[in-house]
Amino acid sequence: MMLRWIRRQLNLLDFALFSLRRRKARNLALVLVYTLVVFWLGSVIFFSRAMQNQAGKLLKDSPEILVQRLCAGRHELIPLEYLDQIRAIRGVQQARERLWGYYYDPGSQANYTIMVEASQGSGLEPGWIMVGSGVLRSFAAKDQESLTFRSYRGDFLRLRVKEVFSSDSELLTSDLILMEQGDFKKLFGFPEGFATDLVVEVRNPKERSTVAEKIAQSLPDTRPILRDEILRTYQALFDWRGGMALMLLISAVLAFLILAWDKATGLSADEKKEIGILKATGWETGDVMLLKALEGMVLSLSAFLCGTLFAYLHVFHFSWILMAPALRGWAVLYPRFPLDPSFGPGDLAVLFFLTVAPYTVATMVPCWKAATTDPDRVMRGQI
Amino acid sequence: MIRLVEVSKVFHQGRPNETVALDNISITLQRGLVTVFRGPSGSGKTTLLSLIGCMARPSSGRIWLGEREITSLPERFLTELRRRTFGFVFQQVFLISGLTVLENVLLPAHPLGLRWSEMRRKASQLLNRYNIQGKAGQKVEWLSGGEAQRVAIARALINDPPIIIADEPTAHLDSGLSREFMNTIAALKQEGKTVLIASHDPIVCDSPFVDRVVQMRDGRILETGEQLKEAETCLGKNL
Repeated sequence: MMLRWIRRQLNLLDFALFSLRRRKARNLALVLVYTLVVFWLGSVIFFSRAMQNQAGKLLKDSPEILVQRLCAGRHELIPLEYLDQIRAIRGVQQARERLWGYYYDPGSQANYTIMVEASQGSGLEPGWIMVGSGVLRSFAAKDQESLTFRSYRGDFLRLRVKEVFSSDSELLTSDLILMEQGDFKKLFGFPEGFATDLVVEVRNPKERSTVAEKIAQSLPDTRPILRDEILRTYQALFDWRGGMALMLLISAVLAFLILAWDKATGLSADEKKEIGILKATGWETGDVMLLKALEGMVLSLSAFLCGTLFAYLHVFHFSWILMAPALRGWAVLYPRFPLDPSFGPGDLAVLFFLTVAPYTVATMVPCWKAATTDPDRVMRGQI
Repeated sequence: MIRLVEVSKVFHQGRPNETVALDNISITLQRGLVTVFRGPSGSGKTTLLSLIGCMARPSSGRIWLGEREITSLPERFLTELRRRTFGFVFQQVFLISGLTVLENVLLPAHPLGLRWSEMRRKASQLLNRYNIQGKAGQKVEWLSGGEAQRVAIARALINDPPIIIADEPTAHLDSGLSREFMNTIAALKQEGKTVLIASHDPIVCDSPFVDRVVQMRDGRILETGEQLKEAETCLGKNL
């Protein structure tokens, strides 16, 4: 009995494949459009998940509290004497200055982050730099041994690459250049006695917000930023249900809805006729529904697998090149960087249920309507 | 034996376009005979065959298939009966285009859950029998009218049903092909199949292989001279 049931399902699957082969051009076009939609949805989901993970890794080692000075609502250089006032606040374990800035390289049309770790020191001698693994890839460098910068005066500063470093986060290392303090000041004309911002470490993590409040009170022209706040902002920015990703997602879902609507609004005369013939030759309504479900599944699973694979390649191997115009800000400001493949079964499940499930339902409704009509309409030639 | 007792079929009941397709029909059809329902268009022949073939239910009355009353059976059982007991040859042939001859013949066999090899063997036998084995892999839209008709017959027989129902089977065939069709029917009769045909084609109605001609008009079986003729035919032949 069980064997017969299995054979029956196999026979129906067999027939579903025969059936699909008949409308080869139409079905291929359908799979193509469907694949494109899955590809786009998948790209958005993979990209946002990877960005979230990258941001998480990036911020894991970032300072607990950053103190920036504001002037007329804009970020200004902060005087080094502020450090003493911050160190005097109870609970502060350590406070130090940071020098950093952005350097735009016209050759690669990208911004690079230049950083000096003044207090800890990077062990760099003047004239030497350390670069992130992505910098040499994108910086308009003639060789791999030195990089030439154009200083604020317009003269050229050639710095030799001491070391290429990498980290868990490509987002961090792709555009990062570490240099010695003197070179940094030469490059940007940075004034003495100032820093870009201050880094504060707190003994007890629970006191972070209290310390931040005290800093804001004692130094009213500063803005303390907590790591958790930045993390929340990044999570919201790169969440696929929010921000730019949501806009991309909506466009893909709309395209998909048009596709599903087209299927749901009715069957072709040929399809209706075929269902009538099947019913008249002894197929049950359930058989016809199963056949149509199998046809839909073959189409949607093929499109799902192809779309997901292409989305994976697009995001993780081709640096989400097609999404760059939509994410113009990030794409131009940062050099292109590969994202680490980081998505879970949950993301695949979301993609599956956003694409395969609605399509299958959309195709089943008109089939059910056709399959429940009396087979005698075939006898009377009314199909 | 098929028995219809006071069977009526009304379409669009209670609406302005209500149509009485069959009006209080009672008839008994013997096993193993070829019965032709003859009458003009709209006389109710096709509706009668679709009720007997479990494709629709009567508005009133009862239909018996052997000892089993089938009118009140749930849809699932009707489908099962349709699949195993009846083979249908439709007026417009109704093959599924894009599929091959073999795939069309196998259509009614798919839900049975038979082995593929067994299904194929049965189909090959039928295609051989109707001399279309050479076209098994060909798409049905390339077949001639006669070939398509033979494919439809092979499809009707794939599940080896005891009753064959044919609705205006020669409507789209020329005289030669119509006679060929009747020869096929004769062979089926020889095998003990019950054949029910709706037709007003003289080649069918006057065929020597036909055991009984039931004259119909306006949804009724005529009670005039034609019925006597029917009775004579029946008496003179197999009844």
